[in-house]
Amino acid sequence: MSAFSAIGEETEKDQNEFTPGLEPQPTWCPGCGDFGVLKALKGAAAELGLSPDEMMVTTGIGCSGKLNSYFNSYGFHTIHGRSLPIARAAKLANPGLTVVAAGGDGDGYGIGGNHFMHTARENHDITYIVFNNEIFGLTKGQTSPTSPMGHKSKTQPHGSAKTPLRPLSLSLNAGASYVARTAAVNPNQAKDIIVEAIEHDGFSHVDFLTQCPTWNKDARQYVPYIDINESDDYEFDNTSRAEASEMMFETENALHEGTVLTGRYYVDESRPSYQQEKQRIGEMPEEPLAERYFDDSYEWERSYDKFLGKHK
Amino acid sequence: MTDHELIWRIAGGSGDGIASTSQNFAKALMRAGLHVFTHRHYPSRIRGGHTYTEVRVSDEPVKSRGDGYNFLLSLGDSFARNPSEGAYYGNEEIKPLSENLDELVEGGVIVYDSGLLDTDEIENFDERVEENNWHVYDIDLRTIAREHGREVMRNTAGVAVTCAIADIEPDVIKSLMSDAMPEKILEPNLEVFDDAYEMVQEEFDVDAPDISVPSGEHDEEQVLLSGSDAIAYGAIDEGCRFISGYPMTPWTEVFVIMSQNLPELGGISEQVEDEIAAAALAMGASHAGVKAMSGSSGGGFSLMSEPLGLAEITETPIVLVEAMRAGPSTGMPTKPEQSDMEHVLYTSQGDSHRVVFAPGTAAEAYYQTRKAFKLAYEYQIPSIVLYDQKLGGELSNVPASVFDEEPNPDLGSVLTEAELADAPHDDSGKYQRYQHDTENGVSPRSLPGQKGGRYLATGNEHMPAGHISEDPDNRIAQMNRRMQKVDSIRAELDDDGEFNTVYGPEDADYGLITFGSQQGTVEEAADVLNENGHSVKVLGVSELMPFPKEQVSEFLDSVDESLVVEMTASAQFRGLVQKELGGYGDVMSSLLKYNGNPFEPADIVEGFETALLEGEELPDNRTKFVPKVGE
Ligand SMILES: Cc1ncc(C[n+]2csc(CCOP(=O)(O)OP(=O)(O)O)c2C)c(N)n1
Ligand code: SF4
Repeated sequence: MSAFSAIGEETEKDQNEFTPGLEPQPTWCPGCGDFGVLKALKGAAAELGLSPDEMMVTTGIGCSGKLNSYFNSYGFHTIHGRSLPIARAAKLANPGLTVVAAGGDGDGYGIGGNHFMHTARENHDITYIVFNNEIFGLTKGQTSPTSPMGHKSKTQPHGSAKTPLRPLSLSLNAGASYVARTAAVNPNQAKDIIVEAIEHDGFSHVDFLTQCPTWNKDARQYVPYIDINESDDYEFDNTSRAEASEMMFETENALHEGTVLTGRYYVDESRPSYQQEKQRIGEMPEEPLAERYFDDSYEWERSYDKFLGKHK
Repeated sequence: MTDHELIWRIAGGSGDGIASTSQNFAKALMRAGLHVFTHRHYPSRIRGGHTYTEVRVSDEPVKSRGDGYNFLLSLGDSFARNPSEGAYYGNEEIKPLSENLDELVEGGVIVYDSGLLDTDEIENFDERVEENNWHVYDIDLRTIAREHGREVMRNTAGVAVTCAIADIEPDVIKSLMSDAMPEKILEPNLEVFDDAYEMVQEEFDVDAPDISVPSGEHDEEQVLLSGSDAIAYGAIDEGCRFISGYPMTPWTEVFVIMSQNLPELGGISEQVEDEIAAAALAMGASHAGVKAMSGSSGGGFSLMSEPLGLAEITETPIVLVEAMRAGPSTGMPTKPEQSDMEHVLYTSQGDSHRVVFAPGTAAEAYYQTRKAFKLAYEYQIPSIVLYDQKLGGELSNVPASVFDEEPNPDLGSVLTEAELADAPHDDSGKYQRYQHDTENGVSPRSLPGQKGGRYLATGNEHMPAGHISEDPDNRIAQMNRRMQKVDSIRAELDDDGEFNTVYGPEDADYGLITFGSQQGTVEEAADVLNENGHSVKVLGVSELMPFPKEQVSEFLDSVDESLVVEMTASAQFRGLVQKELGGYGDVMSSLLKYNGNPFEPADIVEGFETALLEGEELPDNRTKFVPKVGE
């Protein structure tokens, strides 16, 4: 029998499975967009029939980083910016796990930007949700990489002189095979997108617009959003890299001009995941590595028999 | 050096094949029943620049490179640039000869490639030869090589000349060449070998120098291993199947060996974007139930400081290796030093703890890497194997019995699903993975995917099921439990008593204390000192955290005074001893070396006799003496 019997086990379609009882209650501010992510993730996990014990959610540090404190699964609340490398390795060690990484825009696009770029490039089969509230929440409202130009905060009293980062374009160009944007103000779309992202075999990047009513009252994310996949005004083929890229470019500007557009921007089902590539070139076992440590019949080879011939 | 040993130095430019040639030479002589030890010297550049490797060969066990050397094979730097006198790097072309003369002993042999080198360009060459009674063989190795194959084969010609002069049976080398070389280049190399060998026999008086290789026999099979090999094989035998890293000299050697071997064993190697990611990946794999390792050198390890603390508070097992080189910052990338010691012991915020081993020999590097894994997985704590460029790169023969122990895939303190079903859970069904009340501080973990084991691992202080909490009582309980693990490990290591080595007469008056890679050199120095009529013993410490307090204080108490030998500029190791033992500063002096070269036995003999006993200044600034506290 597998040492990881929760993997593949179906649960009932009930998101309470993913609510950890009375304790602990979320400490997010009233009206915070982070509640929307939690709800969408619970809904998606329930819809997918996942078992809480087969899911692993890694987070960084920030208000957003507390996601897995309130989500009932295995969790690794890591350090600022480092949710991705830990998620990647857990998935490589045990590909049966459903691995979701999450964190803020500061966490993921700032301090963890290098990991973000490389995880997308390698196309690891994990889902990455970035709580994009265009601000540093937990450290009390400093300008973040996605804050608009001219944004004033205590650390940028004269207004930011930097253009905001374009997360969708960035991950598309780095190599992510699923790129979407959704928003806490549209719970149904958010849930559907997370379902798709988890099901997608490769790196799924979900830029999740979350309002921060405490520190970022000016953010445009309060205005009603448009679903680009449903509007005739924004017709494009989201399996075409070029068209997706063009659409991202346009709408990433529009966000700061007051139009919030969300939806699936890029979906590439043909690109093999990193794990598949690694198995193809013979650098990763077909069976989950973690299972091997429980397999009594497996013969562990000694370095002496295997490699020391060349030292004799 | 003794009369009956050969210390052969092969010199050339980086990229001239010095390392592989010397490795084959050493292996051939090991096969012939001798003890070997190599020492590498190379600059931080890819092609060209003065480089050499020494191979010390003896019929008795050897523990260091020894003092000086008696046979120089000088190939010339075929990549030399800037051969003008005033250039920054000086006259590079002749360096493989000119730079090596100082340490060549009286009566020694010089073989140089007259195809590339001209002794006229070397100051006072003839006078020095005469003064030192050196035997000089000017042979156009390059031309011999070109006649049968390619210019690079002049190494082979040089080895053949060595065999002819030092009376080494040619078949010893030739059979190794057949093993090591692909068919296509073997033939021409053998021709080059024979040609050069015969030429020396015919044209030179080979009986003149009194240098020959002794004969020997091993009582068991030996393998030729570097410290880096030993660490990699220790990890593999302990079931490590995941490595993640980012290249940095000299840790790259371990990374490369693991990356080349793991796929064959069904394991995974990941070269990642930086060292933060490297350590984090190892942690992620370990968290998910795989034995994992990462590592780096100075600057890269600085980046690992962050994940290291996370591993400690989340109690994720992780093994890191740290290969020291001279710092601060980028320092001297290819030169050994031991000055990352404090960095490795104390880096990361808060009261953080880990296991740190500093092996003294290749065999010990193998054993301690295995032990590092055992402790990391049993006690859920980071463990670090701290070594340096010297131990990582030098080759020595190690008996086959070192590898006798069976592989150990045991993940340590992990529960099975059946055990998890009976384990305590909180209201929400989360496993109480960080329980307070355990015997040795260890609270067994579960692995993602196991039924009934879910919990939150977090870098914040947390309650037993992993929920973040700043509750004062819980804080104390968690902190105490984590610290208790260190005490349990100390007790376990003290019981084993395997690693810290005492050497020399038990009732000696003086002690020499060292740690890590300097152990063998210090032991050889003690032999010389005892021959010189002093009374000296050695303690080589290879457990740094938890520190073996009892053993070290016993040693210090058993002698009148001790000299602490280390490759740091600020006596870090002596500071550690004082900190851990709360005193002894009045009975310890320090001998420090931080010029980029490891200690030679003679440095220590000189430091002991001159500075410690006579209270006189050392004759040059190669090493530095720091007297005991209060003097
Ligand atoms: C290495 C490091 N630097 C800085 C911090 C302080 N810090 C905590 S959260 C945070 C920013 C959070 O902003 P964001 O990632 O956007 O998440 P949010 O709180 O908005 O969800 C910072 C700078 C830290 N914990 N670690
Ligand atoms: S500070 Fe902003 S992001 Fe943080 S909990 Fe409050 S509203 Fe949410």
